[in-house]
Amino acid sequence: MSRLNEQQAKEYWRRNVSLMVKLMVIWFVVSFGCGILLFDVLNTIQIGGYKLGFWFAQQGSIYVFVVLIFYYARKMAALDKEFGVEED
Amino acid sequence: MDLQTLSYLFVGSTFALYLGIAFWARAGSTKDFYVAGGGVHPVANGMATAADWMSAASFISMAGMISFMGYGGSVFLMGWTGGYVILAMLLAPYLRKYGKFTVPEFIGDRFYSKTARVVAVICLILCSVTYVIGQMKGVGVAFSRFLEVEYATGLFVGMVIVFFYAVLGGMKGITYTQIAQYCVLILAYTIPAIFISLQLTGNPVPQLGLGSTLAGQDIYLLDRIDQVVTDLGFKQYSTDVRLSTLNMFAYTMSLMIGTAGLPHVIIRFFTVPKVKDARSSAGWALVFIAILYTTAPAVGAMARLNLMQTIEPSPGEYMVYDERPQWFKNWEKTGLLQFEDKNQDGLVEYSANPETNEMVKIDNDIMVLANPEIAQLPNWVIALVAAGGLAAALSTAAGLLLAIASAISHDLLKGMIAPNITEKQELNASRVAMALAILGAGYLGLNPPGFAAGTVALAFGLAASSIFPALMMGIFSTRVNKEGAIAGMVAGIGITLFYVFQHKGIFFIPGTEFLGSMKPNWFMGIEPNAFGVVGAIVNFTVANLVSRVTAEPPESVRELVEHIRVPAGSGEATGH
Repeated sequence: MSRLNEQQAKEYWRRNVSLMVKLMVIWFVVSFGCGILLFDVLNTIQIGGYKLGFWFAQQGSIYVFVVLIFYYARKMAALDKEFGVEED
Repeated sequence: MDLQTLSYLFVGSTFALYLGIAFWARAGSTKDFYVAGGGVHPVANGMATAADWMSAASFISMAGMISFMGYGGSVFLMGWTGGYVILAMLLAPYLRKYGKFTVPEFIGDRFYSKTARVVAVICLILCSVTYVIGQMKGVGVAFSRFLEVEYATGLFVGMVIVFFYAVLGGMKGITYTQIAQYCVLILAYTIPAIFISLQLTGNPVPQLGLGSTLAGQDIYLLDRIDQVVTDLGFKQYSTDVRLSTLNMFAYTMSLMIGTAGLPHVIIRFFTVPKVKDARSSAGWALVFIAILYTTAPAVGAMARLNLMQTIEPSPGEYMVYDERPQWFKNWEKTGLLQFEDKNQDGLVEYSANPETNEMVKIDNDIMVLANPEIAQLPNWVIALVAAGGLAAALSTAAGLLLAIASAISHDLLKGMIAPNITEKQELNASRVAMALAILGAGYLGLNPPGFAAGTVALAFGLAASSIFPALMMGIFSTRVNKEGAIAGMVAGIGITLFYVFQHKGIFFIPGTEFLGSMKPNWFMGIEPNAFGVVGAIVNFTVANLVSRVTAEPPESVRELVEHIRVPAGSGEATGH
């Protein structure tokens, strides 16, 4: 375990926030975007028995949420290591 | 074996299992009691979180609501899962790093104020108590329907079981029981769904069955549902928007941030060993939740189709009332299903027109419980559903009771009233607080103040408008001070309560609604259950404005915030 100096702490936090923002944009797009705001537009596309907007609202958004969390956990574990702030 | 014997067998053996675990996982210290010793593996914690989170509302009510709301029901699916993304990225890792036992403790320290801590305790107790009433009611209903005992007896048995494993084991006992309860409830949910999906579509995976064609026919399941519901004058299933696009947006957002702000969910992340584990544990929790949540829309849609086709086997030809199936009679007895032969022709004529519709009542809640019977599945499947419903209600009730008990014994007693008590005294106090909380919840389950249905939704609104913004600002801002946080919480929760009470009565007392000349949903067409996000925006705005005109927080707060932002040196959760 090492202590970060002010510069490093700022950089670590900046990269964490930037990763977070990117993933939260995807979170917003698949649920509020595809599932609600673009519902009618996406429903013109049909995949099997699912209209695409309906699929995002009742299935797809949930699958994407799961992937987002694990991706964040993995990226952050790598970032912790890079800055030497991982727990032993 | 007949259904009742099988139900007793399934429910009895799962209860014996919970008690066995309770005996094995007794709590020896306050750390065991509040955070299960802090050594729970992230996957195990994920499973426990899933059971903690999925209540009687998720297990029994949600698919039924989707059944009748169609696309509009998506707000629950997205809202109650999307909150975990917020938890994993914006809250859980930092609160775990902070490493204390309760949510109000963080708010009190970050905003260097006992007042802030008390306000947080009040918000926590308000949302947890409203939530727990619904669980107790679920326990009573499941018992009275499947084991044919009195509602009150069922509730009492449920209370005794929770008492044993929650009071003895605290968070430790609750965690390991919740893992067992998750297994019971997920089997009970997916097995009937697989059977029904297979029957209707020939595909054993409900998530795929929902998008398949009907077995032996050339029409998609969803298209068929759209067809049969619109024939009777109902709105098209797959495009039925809940009030308006804006309302659906607000509803989904309120449920998401409400989920992230519910204390009984947050404290589950205090039980894992490391910050890293808090992140991945949220992912595991969502995996286990998603298994049920992606099955639910299939259960809802298929139940709706089966129900419609039982009542109207072919277009224009209705079921004869005297030839109604057994499940119909069983549910009529409970009053959750009601038929009224308006034109005296002995046929069950179901339609969207309230004047001619003869199915006067089909309660949302019967859809999951009656589904296996409607689909004529074997008795053991039905008995399993009863055990699953009880597991869902008990696991959530236990989590909520722990959140309430720890707020009383740790935040109020140890934190303020008697800071000098020993650990042993605090442990005993938390057991007493837990026992009192169980008695209180049981009392409210027996004498629900007539508003039980409205209350779970209120819990989300309260958490979304008070606790969630306070935690977010505590982590992401160094400038928000104690005046801002307190004013924000009070304003957020105040305006949310105001809007809900305006529609549903002050503390839900009938006759005290005061809309005056205003229309229902007067604020941009948003319904009261979806109002939490507006309360949250008010909270953020007030907190920032007030902080700007009052003194900056002390230097120690900046250090605290910098400390929680970096994982290293988290240590284990502690009360000191």
